[in-house]
Amino acid sequence: MNLKLKVWRQENSSATGRFEQYDAPGIPDDASFLEMLDIVNEKILEKGGDPIAFDHDCREGICGMCSLVINGTPHGPGRATTTCQVYMRHFRDGDTITIEPFRAKPFPILRDLVVDRSAFDRIQQSGGFINVRSGSAPEANAIPIPKNKADLAMDAAACIGCGACVAACPNASAMLFVGAKVSHFALLPQGQPERRKRVLSMVAKMDEEGFGNCTNHYECEAVCPAEIKVDVISRLNREYLAASTLSLIEPLPNAAAEGVA
Amino acid sequence: MTNGKLDSKVPPGPLEKKWQEHCFNSKLIAPNNRRRFEIIVVGSGLAGASAAATLSEQGYRVKCFCYQDSPRRAHSIAAQGGINAAKNYQNDGDSVYRLFYDTIKGGDFRAREANVHRLAEVSVNIIDQCVAQGVPFAREYGGLLANRSFGGAQVSRTFYARGQTGQQLLLGAYSALVKEIKNGGVQMFPRTEMLDLVVVDGHAKGIVVRNMVTGEISSHAADAVLLCTGGYGNVFYLSTNAKGCNVTATYRAYKRGAYFANPCFTQIHPTCIPVSGDYQSKLTLMSESLRNDGRVWAPKSRETAARIREGKMSPVDVPEEERDYYLERKYPSYGNLAPRDISSRAAKEACDDGRGVAPTGLGVFLDFSDSIKRLGEHVIRERYGNLFLMYENITGQNGYKTPMMIYPAVHYTMGGLWVDYNLMSNIPGLFVLGEANFSDHGANRLGASALMQGLADGYFVIPHTLPVYLATIKPGSVTVKNPEFESVRFEVADRTRRLLSIKGKRTVDSFHRELGMLVWDKCGMARDKAGLEEAISRIPALREEFWKNIFVPGQGEQLNQSLEKAGRVADFLEFAELMCRDALAREESCGGHFRTEYQTPDGEALRDDDHFAHVSAWEYTGEDTPPVLHKEQLKFESVSLQTRSYK
Ligand SMILES: Cc1cc2nc3c(=O)[nH]c(=O)nc-3n(C[C@H](O)[C@H](O)[C@H](O)COP(=O)(O)OP(=O)(O)OC[C@H]3O[C@@H](n4cnc5c(N)ncnc54)[C@H](O)[C@@H]3O)c2cc1C
Ligand code: FES
Repeated sequence: MNLKLKVWRQENSSATGRFEQYDAPGIPDDASFLEMLDIVNEKILEKGGDPIAFDHDCREGICGMCSLVINGTPHGPGRATTTCQVYMRHFRDGDTITIEPFRAKPFPILRDLVVDRSAFDRIQQSGGFINVRSGSAPEANAIPIPKNKADLAMDAAACIGCGACVAACPNASAMLFVGAKVSHFALLPQGQPERRKRVLSMVAKMDEEGFGNCTNHYECEAVCPAEIKVDVISRLNREYLAASTLSLIEPLPNAAAEGVA
Repeated sequence: MTNGKLDSKVPPGPLEKKWQEHCFNSKLIAPNNRRRFEIIVVGSGLAGASAAATLSEQGYRVKCFCYQDSPRRAHSIAAQGGINAAKNYQNDGDSVYRLFYDTIKGGDFRAREANVHRLAEVSVNIIDQCVAQGVPFAREYGGLLANRSFGGAQVSRTFYARGQTGQQLLLGAYSALVKEIKNGGVQMFPRTEMLDLVVVDGHAKGIVVRNMVTGEISSHAADAVLLCTGGYGNVFYLSTNAKGCNVTATYRAYKRGAYFANPCFTQIHPTCIPVSGDYQSKLTLMSESLRNDGRVWAPKSRETAARIREGKMSPVDVPEEERDYYLERKYPSYGNLAPRDISSRAAKEACDDGRGVAPTGLGVFLDFSDSIKRLGEHVIRERYGNLFLMYENITGQNGYKTPMMIYPAVHYTMGGLWVDYNLMSNIPGLFVLGEANFSDHGANRLGASALMQGLADGYFVIPHTLPVYLATIKPGSVTVKNPEFESVRFEVADRTRRLLSIKGKRTVDSFHRELGMLVWDKCGMARDKAGLEEAISRIPALREEFWKNIFVPGQGEQLNQSLEKAGRVADFLEFAELMCRDALAREESCGGHFRTEYQTPDGEALRDDDHFAHVSAWEYTGEDTPPVLHKEQLKFESVSLQTRSYK
């Protein structure tokens, strides 16, 4: 099929960007979206131009690196897919496709379609873990975990950290991402000792990084490639409320409160 | 165990006591002294993240590097099927010894016994560690951990988290890593690519890296360098590896004196989605776990196969007696769970015989209809739902309704930098962990054992073996002010300048594709002397053209993805030749290395233990001189060498 592309080009984070038009002739139906961009880039290179920069790595829908807004939708058409898992058979001959980076204040553009999502790493650093040293773990089957609990935890843990939820949200909220991480640990017995501290720290960090609040648009759930449900946001709110209320009566010890606003 | 310069440092004593006694007999670094040592960890996959986190917990100062934008995206994330451990939760006769034995046999008796036994021993601790971190492994209704079976084993010892085991294990290791970043023990450098190793007075003392956003080239000094940079499968261009996987870190170390071991031992995975066109950028694996419930077949007759290829017949209409379930036929005791090398070759045989079913003729079926009849679609969906979804996404076909089409693809590399029992290369201070080293899988890796090895190396082995070296050196003795750093940094910058200044006519990808096709043809699933010699004579010409005719746009001081790729492909172009030389020198067939000249009358790999029961470790001697081969003789004290049979 023959396509036209409108692609966001931007030299670096301080430059102003603009849309540029490209022809994408002879694209096979079975090519992936990123393979289509590869083909276009090869053509640009053959003419001595600068290829379009975009992030990608696994091209299997799991690493969370690819991050394009295709025709206004993060990760493009199709439910529960990443950009790299979009196939050209979803488009029609003659289509014009608009391609932009994930846009959100906390995700500055580095070049063209490449953005900086390190804010997610910093949120995770603030408390998205269980403090357990290598070698100090008890026997794995010592604590049975009901299958349904384990399954729910797995549903939340499936988040690939791509940031589509933020890009889709009018408020650039990261609550689906944070809710997924908080839920994963809150559902498991191993996560209990640090449960309160975790949610308070992660929410504080999320606010500090400039992510907005959830006002129930549910765009995040619609674009999430890992099918994380907005239930995790409700759980996040409950966890946060419980933790902050409890902190009024029973303050966290100082060391534990570190990083909590 | 000494062989020339290769001392494997395998400790004395009975096999099952070696590791414990080694830990006890080895020097320690006292907790208050550990802060004085700085450790560089390159890579944040299972091996790198677990090593960086654990060393930091112990008090060392760690710098960790990865090329992705976040350590959580290392290629380990893509592993699907599972991780082995000798827990024997199923009470089906598993044990540390059985896991050890299966791994040695699966590797076609080309791995080091002592390393493999240690791997099997610590496998049980890995599961404990991961569960404590909150890794949501699959569970049974009673709440205990569930298992599945993988190839090359007759017990169920594989732990899994749906089809996303690598993701969950990596997120566990990543959570340990970020905990240490927060504690200040680990400094993380994402989007930073290692481009060279710095060796001072014979010891590894640091690395030179490029910041992939600003293009800045800088040096980092340390008391030890750990390479955890994964495998080199992308030398074939098309593979199941992530696009960024590369040989650069290990190959640069090789050029600085580290020996490269068994580079020709590459694994071709039997169940991948077939190639569909020349635009294809990567191949997608369908987890081996699918062979628990899927049956592999090709039509018995070429005519039926042709009709399927032409779209005149649907595979579901092929009657039972017209189907050749070739794995079940040839290997009745392991059936569809025969090891990877054997299953891949069997698929190739069927296709070479004209019975392939994909439009290209290169494809066989993986059929779930029997399991769906027996267990119901919902059970299959629960077990492999995301894999079926991925299959449908890519091919547009519904694997529940019609059999999947699969074909072998490059997947994993058993070869890697040579290391001793302590995971130290022949360069003192340079350690190599995970897929980047050569040590545990011999000539063929069993499914679900790479994740096990990465985490074993990082969580449980390196914390005990690194101090053996550290105890012999003075911390902080070398800084980036040392002239060696300046000279390596200059070389790296110069190479970058050269790549940018050629401004020729061909793109990096076109060279990579051409190289990939050549090595797949001559050094892929089947190899022979003539083909390997041809590849060895053609690769230098391609390399020469690359350095004359490559086009890399833009500048060095910016985010420049073409430049990143060009550097990696330049290294692949050199490494490919080494791989072919190794394949040529190994005049036997074993595991994934199948030399057509050496096969049994029924087409199985024919080993030559008298001449090749060794590790081939290659030493770089310069641009214009061939590498020198060193051999580490493998001693089998616990198992006896046998012809590997899965019949
Ligand atoms: C699709 C797929 C499925 C698999 N499924 C399974 C399975 O079910 N079970 C199993 O046991 N194994 C499986 N494997 C194999 C297994 O996933 C890998 O062997 C293993 O994860 C490798 O881990 P690692 O830590 O050694 O390297 P990786 O996870 O590859 O990590 C390499 C790290 O090094 C960094 N790096 C690389 N080069 C550089 C450089 N030059 N500079 C800076 N950083 C660099 C990367 O950024 C990354 O952080 C699978 C592999 C694939 C491809
Ligand atoms: S490239 Fe990894 S999820 Fe798309």
